[in-house]
Amino acid sequence: MKSPGAIERTLGWVDDRTGLVAVTEHAMFHKVPRSAKWWYVFGSATLMFFIVQLVTGVLLTTLFVPSAAEAYQSLVYIDEKIPMGWMLRALHGWSSNAMCIMMLIHMTQIFLHGTYKFPRELTWVAGVALCVTTLGLAFTGQIMRWDANAYWGLGIGAAIVDRVPFAGNWLRSVVLGGPDISGATLSRFFALHVFVLPGTAIGLIGLHLILVLKGGISEMPKVGQPIEPETYRKEYESRVKKTGVPFFPDAARRDMVFCGAALIGLIGLAAWYGPFGPGPVPNPTIIEVAPRPDGLFLWLFAVLALLPPYTETFLILVGPPVGIAFLAALPFISPRGERAPSRRPISVIILCIIVTALAVLTWLGETSPWSPVMKAWTSIPTPIEYVRDRSPLELQGAIQLQYAQCRNCHSIGGEGGKRGPALDDVATRLSWDQLVRQIQQGGGNMPAYGKSLSSAETEALAAFLSTLDGGHLPARIPGAMEHQPGRDQSPTADPRAEIDAETDANSDTVAAR
Amino acid sequence: MSERPNEDSTGTDPGSTLPSEAGGCEGCEPAKGGGRRGFLFAAGTTLLTVGGGLAAVPIVGVAIGPAEAGDPNRWISLGKATDFKVGQTVLVKFTNPWDSPTDGDSNLNVCYVRCLDHKKFQVFAITCAHLGCPVEWFAQSRLFMCPCHGGVYYEDGARASGPPPRGLYEYVWRIEDGSFEILGGRLAGLQEST
Repeated sequence: MKSPGAIERTLGWVDDRTGLVAVTEHAMFHKVPRSAKWWYVFGSATLMFFIVQLVTGVLLTTLFVPSAAEAYQSLVYIDEKIPMGWMLRALHGWSSNAMCIMMLIHMTQIFLHGTYKFPRELTWVAGVALCVTTLGLAFTGQIMRWDANAYWGLGIGAAIVDRVPFAGNWLRSVVLGGPDISGATLSRFFALHVFVLPGTAIGLIGLHLILVLKGGISEMPKVGQPIEPETYRKEYESRVKKTGVPFFPDAARRDMVFCGAALIGLIGLAAWYGPFGPGPVPNPTIIEVAPRPDGLFLWLFAVLALLPPYTETFLILVGPPVGIAFLAALPFISPRGERAPSRRPISVIILCIIVTALAVLTWLGETSPWSPVMKAWTSIPTPIEYVRDRSPLELQGAIQLQYAQCRNCHSIGGEGGKRGPALDDVATRLSWDQLVRQIQQGGGNMPAYGKSLSSAETEALAAFLSTLDGGHLPARIPGAMEHQPGRDQSPTADPRAEIDAETDANSDTVAAR
Repeated sequence: MSERPNEDSTGTDPGSTLPSEAGGCEGCEPAKGGGRRGFLFAAGTTLLTVGGGLAAVPIVGVAIGPAEAGDPNRWISLGKATDFKVGQTVLVKFTNPWDSPTDGDSNLNVCYVRCLDHKKFQVFAITCAHLGCPVEWFAQSRLFMCPCHGGVYYEDGARASGPPPRGLYEYVWRIEDGSFEILGGRLAGLQEST
């Protein structure tokens, strides 16, 4: 028998002292089902992006100053002065998004294929804990970008914590590290983002991988091959023994190809689009900001806008824990039975509903039609065709429409806020009386203008609005289009039609307050 | 490794003190009864508990200290009461009454002061009562609007529309020797008294 070479001897010595060689060999060469193909690459890709996060994150901590007085300047310095610093930040930001996306795809696949069932229940539970940790990393990472969005994002977080019954105020002080957002807040979130959450994630990833090895990689689900806990282990082991392939290199090839391509894609995205922010400076006295969360949390932003107010506190506080608990409990609710999606229609329907809801809410969060366009009243002019051939009173009303910030919530000509209905054809929907009442008393999510507009201003505004018939559309309700009592409102029949509306609309005439 | 004989004061058969397959020894009950083993286990548990408790004092103290620091609110002067114009609502800057070297601009703050007459004011927090975004005052429509979820308030701070569960938060104010002061320092929130 040939005596072992130097490498074998060294490995033998290391294994004798640590046992690590045998463990590594088992991890690399354990047999996995032959059917584990392209569906199985997303977990590896999530891990790869996490490693990118660790490496870029460690380097960023050597450059970032976690002090509220200097954090913003240090980010600008990294972007502009440190060679390739911008690329480092870009990689960290894009890799964070990529990691979250891969993790969600991985979870979706596990759910769709029923892989969470016996004997892999705890692998799923560790995965759910990893998902929560990763989302925590994403949120705290947004705070590290110490700009106006980060500052007001913390304010939103504080307002949510504040809603906890009895202990809200106390908890908020603990989270913020003081009575208000300050340097201590950034320090606390820095500790979470850089030590606590990554440490937790590393521990959970270790546990997740140990459990994957213990339970074995699942096979692709097959119709008519349900999970029976009494016999599953024996059958799985015998099938894998018979037809399985070693993880490395057979199964790992696909992981390597996918991860390599994803890494190059990440570098491309980072190089092309650059780093995220920092946005406007985090100065609380600059209030002309419209805080928005990062893409991953836009659906939450939408939910918080759309929930009925009376359900909000309950759902904000109870919804996430219940949702997470339900996810974690899934394998215990359904530990056995068919894994094939075609035999689990309820699961498929639930998944479709969740994916559709998240996609629609994210889109709504992106467009945020409920948010007033705060500068619309000064930055978006009234279209010329809406003031052409109008009477002086109606033109006064057009000015009033801008001046009273109506455009912040209502669009005309497709521009303006989307919170209230577009006003292009408001005259076909509301009679004169209804227009006046709506302006003065509000209602239907519109504030009452009775105190802020004089009766003359209200009359002018109603007169202008009653000319907005959507291009001579017919009345949709009885009484609409009859307009102001005792007046002929037909623009074409009006002798004042000759007035140069454009000039008048741009005049400085503003109704006396 | 084998068990040392005679250490076990329970007087079990020496033959049964050989390591069992599970790694312990048959007949050994180290946590039970008196003797040196029982004493050491009890002493170890006690010392670790006491040590852990002592270590927890500064650890928990620093972690929850900010919530136990007492009332952070102080009287902050916003200028002379007569400097405010009657009938106007203005944005006023001030500095929070606490400070640390790392606060930077985050130590600054703003509020809206509404002057009804020079003896009657309303002072509103900048934060929307819905989820804390900064509201903006529009003098023309006499409304506060929130850019996040569209909360709107009237000039007296009352909720006008949108998701806020209540009106704007108000600061307590006073006039001291002609100086207009507010009681500020804590981020306004739902569980405040005002």
